[in-house]
Amino acid sequence: MKMQLTPEQQAVLDGSRGETVAKVMKTLVLYGETFGAEKLVPVTGEKGHIVTSFGLGVMKPVYKLVDELIAGGALSGQKFTADPRPLDKSVPSNLLQDLVFKYMYSKQRSYEKQLSVLGLEDGDAFTCTCYLDEVGNSPAYGDVLSWAESSAVVYANSVIGARCNRNSGIIELFGSIAGWVPYFGLLTDEGRMASWRVEIATSELPEAQLLGSAIGMKVMEDVPYVVGLEKYFPDGLDDRAKTYLKDFGAATASNGAVGLYHIHKLTPEAREKGLFLVRPEAKTYVIDDEELRRVRESYPCIWKDPDASPKLCFMGCPHMTMAQLTDWTEKVTEALAKNGKTRVVIPTVFTAAPAVLREFKKTEYAPKLDAAGVVVSSICPLMYMNNPLCGKMPVITGSNKLRTYTSARYYTDAEILSAITGGKEC
Amino acid sequence: MKVFKGRPVIAGKAEAEALVSHGGFNTLASFQKSLMFGDGNATCSDQNNPDLYKKPMSGKALCLPRTIGSTTGGMVLYCAAAMGRQPACLLFSEKIDSLAAAGAILADVWTEASMPTVDGLGTDFLEYVRTGMKITVDEDGTVTVREENE
Repeated sequence: MKMQLTPEQQAVLDGSRGETVAKVMKTLVLYGETFGAEKLVPVTGEKGHIVTSFGLGVMKPVYKLVDELIAGGALSGQKFTADPRPLDKSVPSNLLQDLVFKYMYSKQRSYEKQLSVLGLEDGDAFTCTCYLDEVGNSPAYGDVLSWAESSAVVYANSVIGARCNRNSGIIELFGSIAGWVPYFGLLTDEGRMASWRVEIATSELPEAQLLGSAIGMKVMEDVPYVVGLEKYFPDGLDDRAKTYLKDFGAATASNGAVGLYHIHKLTPEAREKGLFLVRPEAKTYVIDDEELRRVRESYPCIWKDPDASPKLCFMGCPHMTMAQLTDWTEKVTEALAKNGKTRVVIPTVFTAAPAVLREFKKTEYAPKLDAAGVVVSSICPLMYMNNPLCGKMPVITGSNKLRTYTSARYYTDAEILSAITGGKEC
Repeated sequence: MKVFKGRPVIAGKAEAEALVSHGGFNTLASFQKSLMFGDGNATCSDQNNPDLYKKPMSGKALCLPRTIGSTTGGMVLYCAAAMGRQPACLLFSEKIDSLAAAGAILADVWTEASMPTVDGLGTDFLEYVRTGMKITVDEDGTVTVREENE
């Protein structure tokens, strides 16, 4: 199907903004036509968000491409935030690991300079939770976005009600450069209908990361409509619910390819349209305690020694919210006291956006967490684990996304809390 | 021998040995280590994909239902192509997903690499094809699958 372009769009494709922008436009048109898009629509969200935040030395094709964009005047028409940085000296690492980090991310500084020229908001814009109030890249309901980062896209679509496809890295930047994105998939009403009805029949509120994993693996890229979760959130879409859905959504997106989910009576479109969002031919997936147990037991353990004692714990993939930081501070403090300890027994890192950490450090909780020996950082745990010397370490995490992409082993929040505070070992 | 007809997303010709993933192909998890550490064979590093884990992907006819996982997926495919470590072709049983399409199109528009991409080959295709079989792809999206010794 050939896309119908406006005269302005056609002129850009023909080179009115230069050859490089024309090439960007050609990419977007081909991308849209692959999915039957009949038109390009304006990006209405105020800011973009890009997934490629890391200056890996081997990603030379990306730097070459960005150089080509800059030289051709193909800059972003909107400011954008970016995924977390890969490095932070406060995160535990040894000399050898540091040497490998230096080699691996040798292009970090020069790449950040390139991003600044393209339109990066500022040096503090590095987080996967750009949509949090403290960070300030918060779209409005119905906004059309050109974002990537699977956990941010699924959050923006589902919890905010913005409209964004699961764009790939580079494509999202192209949308911000052109100012238009192809109209297909999750941008359309039809594409936002659910083809799965998921019924929660567990005995208690499931772990967000485990439930998201189960649903992601089952529905893959389809849209699920989840019924039965709403009873655990009687206060509606408050901070507690949003935090749960942040982690749930990240797991659906990384363990599968979910770009949008609806939670009955909770998320904006489900509140508006209810079960009318479910296609008549939708399949059903019932999740009970046994199903969650089956899913968890399916996770492989690729530690060299499966019985090794954990050497590091990462929490905050995606980055933690302020509520999570304060809640975990209380839980860690109480558990340490109960277990007769003063500091965590496994080196532990909590990650959150720079802007969230700035606010957190103003609270009474920050010195408590520091006294407990927990490091706070804005690093990307995934990028840290990409260091082969770090990847060989037995690392534990509450993140199903981190488990999926690295050798880190998944544990529930309760198990993590117990392990790091000297209770029952993982 | 069996012939399947799909839609050419990126038209082109290819001949290669099949490498089959029955589950969703996680692009980042699969290419992550090979791109990072200069593995020219692009050995699959996705621990969750028993069909492909530790198998070389470069130059193979990658047969898959769809891609899954991180939205770096298309950028990763683009990098693999720009570095000459891409599969010989991408053959999707289902309709192509947005990340894979981005990767295939970026590779086509912004690199010299050839990575013909065909989607919609149907579930029969993935049920029939096995790793090691011989694959021929034509410009019009026709995919011919032969036994190894045929």
